[in-house]
Amino acid sequence: MTTQEWKFTSKDIAVKPDLFLSGHRACAGCGPATVMRLIMKATRGPTIVTQATGCMEVVSSIYPYTSWNVPWLHTAFENAAANAAGIEAAIKAMQRKGKLKEHIDVIAIAGDGGTFDIGLQSLSGAVERGHDFLFVLYDNEGYMNTGIQRSGGTPSGAATTTTPAGSVIPGKLERKKPITEIMLAHGMEYVATATPYYWKDMITKVRKGLEVDGPAFLHVFAPCPRGWRSDQAKTMEYTKLAVETCIFPVWEAVNGKKQLSTPSKVIALAPQKKKPIKDYFKGQGRFRHLFTPKNIHVIDELQRLTDENWKKLLQNCESK
Amino acid sequence: MAQQNKKTLAFNGDEAVAFAVKQCNVDVVAAYPITPQTIIVERFSEYVANGEVQTQFVCTESEHSAITASLSASTTGARTFTASASAGLALMHEMLFVTSGSRAPVVMAIANRALSAPLNIHGDHSDSMAQRDSGWIQLYVENAQEAYDSIIQAYKIAESCDVSLPIMVGLDGFTLSHSLENVDILSDEAVTDFIGERQLPQVLTHEGKSVPFKLDPKNPMTMGPVAFQNYYFEFKRQQEEGMKNALKRIQEVNSEFAKISGRCYGNGLIDKYKLEDAEVIVVCAGSTSGTLKVIVDELRACGVKAGLLRLRTFRPLPVEDLKNALKNAKAVAVMDKSMSFGGFGGAIFHEVRHSLYDSPVHPPVINYIYGLGGRDYSPSELRIVFDDLAEIAKTGDTGKQVRYLGLRE
Repeated sequence: MTTQEWKFTSKDIAVKPDLFLSGHRACAGCGPATVMRLIMKATRGPTIVTQATGCMEVVSSIYPYTSWNVPWLHTAFENAAANAAGIEAAIKAMQRKGKLKEHIDVIAIAGDGGTFDIGLQSLSGAVERGHDFLFVLYDNEGYMNTGIQRSGGTPSGAATTTTPAGSVIPGKLERKKPITEIMLAHGMEYVATATPYYWKDMITKVRKGLEVDGPAFLHVFAPCPRGWRSDQAKTMEYTKLAVETCIFPVWEAVNGKKQLSTPSKVIALAPQKKKPIKDYFKGQGRFRHLFTPKNIHVIDELQRLTDENWKKLLQNCESK
Repeated sequence: MAQQNKKTLAFNGDEAVAFAVKQCNVDVVAAYPITPQTIIVERFSEYVANGEVQTQFVCTESEHSAITASLSASTTGARTFTASASAGLALMHEMLFVTSGSRAPVVMAIANRALSAPLNIHGDHSDSMAQRDSGWIQLYVENAQEAYDSIIQAYKIAESCDVSLPIMVGLDGFTLSHSLENVDILSDEAVTDFIGERQLPQVLTHEGKSVPFKLDPKNPMTMGPVAFQNYYFEFKRQQEEGMKNALKRIQEVNSEFAKISGRCYGNGLIDKYKLEDAEVIVVCAGSTSGTLKVIVDELRACGVKAGLLRLRTFRPLPVEDLKNALKNAKAVAVMDKSMSFGGFGGAIFHEVRHSLYDSPVHPPVINYIYGLGGRDYSPSELRIVFDDLAEIAKTGDTGKQVRYLGLRE
């Protein structure tokens, strides 16, 4: 990777013109919309964006309007990475034939449905073939666009319209698919996680992903107040709490070598700062049913799992 | 004017297609192998491995990604090619509509093959007939020579700015894909001159600036947007206009190609064989016409006024040509290598019969479903079709309108 030492200041961000523009139809408090804006703040030159069907595609491209001030393509739900593959192949072919001189970055963006579930095959294929593109997953932990159904990215315990909190079953029973581990197993040069609360960290990671000469993967945590039944005003707070409770630690792996990023490193160095997951669950309607005497054991179990995953991550980061 | 220094090579249908794609110097080929199309992908991979092409070859993990990458490469301004068959084409189904709706002139060869279940790798038209409403132009070829010629023509048709639609060229699985024939080839220069550089339609930006229709950082454009009740319908209506223009363009390209090669296929839409005074006419698509021509000759020698109409272009449907060519017949049989379950006969039968409805006099039209799953059809069986037509012409009694040929019942 040819990462140059590179920093974003608040001023840099403010001065750089937006490439994801206002006027889109995202809900109030939408996490993913902020993520889109920040992704586009990290571009380094001519860029083509392609997007899977999903919330961000639908709210940003309602004909005859668009929020995208870059060339942008949507074709279907399960194939954002295949779109990127074709775009990248076209760029390479035209460069080889001398029809195109400049370098063009390619960013594929998909939600958790378009990444963990229906889009996994085309993502895996495109990464295996080594196309030069950055894949950004904005993870709002469910099929929010179609009305809050479970996905492979929905966490255990969460109530969705297809995993409702019933009198027998307390929300989703299955665990969240370890998508970043799956991507790491492809031998990718750059895999990272980020949340928009730590915006500088996130933007830097987008830029690093673009600088990789080959496929890069960025998993961004992006709350959905509608789907999570949470306060619109607290979206960013949840992206902070997710890190502080170690539900969603932030790290990056360059050539498979995992390193905690500063917000999570702070907690690793001062474990007393690690908050209980209850703090994060509180206020989210999708976890409300867990706070009943009958289900409180689920929270204990999820706390145990979170601690276990955090421990594993720490070991992973230390041992490499 | 026929081409100077004619060169002939031995190719099976798939190889002829791969060679044509090579000569078209396509920018991006994205494909996934499937029998009986595999040889196309294999031969093309050899061209890539030997540095004979400058093409970016993307060997995808599925047909869904193959058509997706072809589409996205096309929207980026590249000339693209893909190929498939049977289950592969069925897996592409969703994206076929997106490709035509995105007005991406992707060229695809289909080595026509039966659809599962039961699993069958042999030739029939079930795969592409099932995609007839996907918005793709569809050509069906008679032999390897036409497969070669049609791929070259396909770029000139699909990329015409007033067409801008994807096109599939169907060649019968195994019968054509795997059978060796002599194929006359054009020089690389002749192909390059004929197809030229890819033309891009000009579209207006919101600022009123005219820019090429592609993903271009210099002129950011949103492609593949959401269009609701207020705009979707207009998009679809415009697509139909592209199809209408294709009807004309296919004929022009057929004539232009004849000038450089000395070869043409009827008017590009339908290929008539001894139709002028024909009383009994068989309509078919694909390679069966080769056998049928021999039978027509035999019958003509016996004094029977037999004729053959090969439907080369199925989409857009040449309604007027069909009407004019068949209006004076005394009886017509339509051959279908696919079924439309629960419908009344096969797809080509529907369309041909429908085309004749407005004629003041129209002949009785019957349908033969035949050759499914690669079932062989001998010349003697095909001759039965003409015998049946002669009987209908004589008695006026149509009898069963949908019939099965070479089937145990």
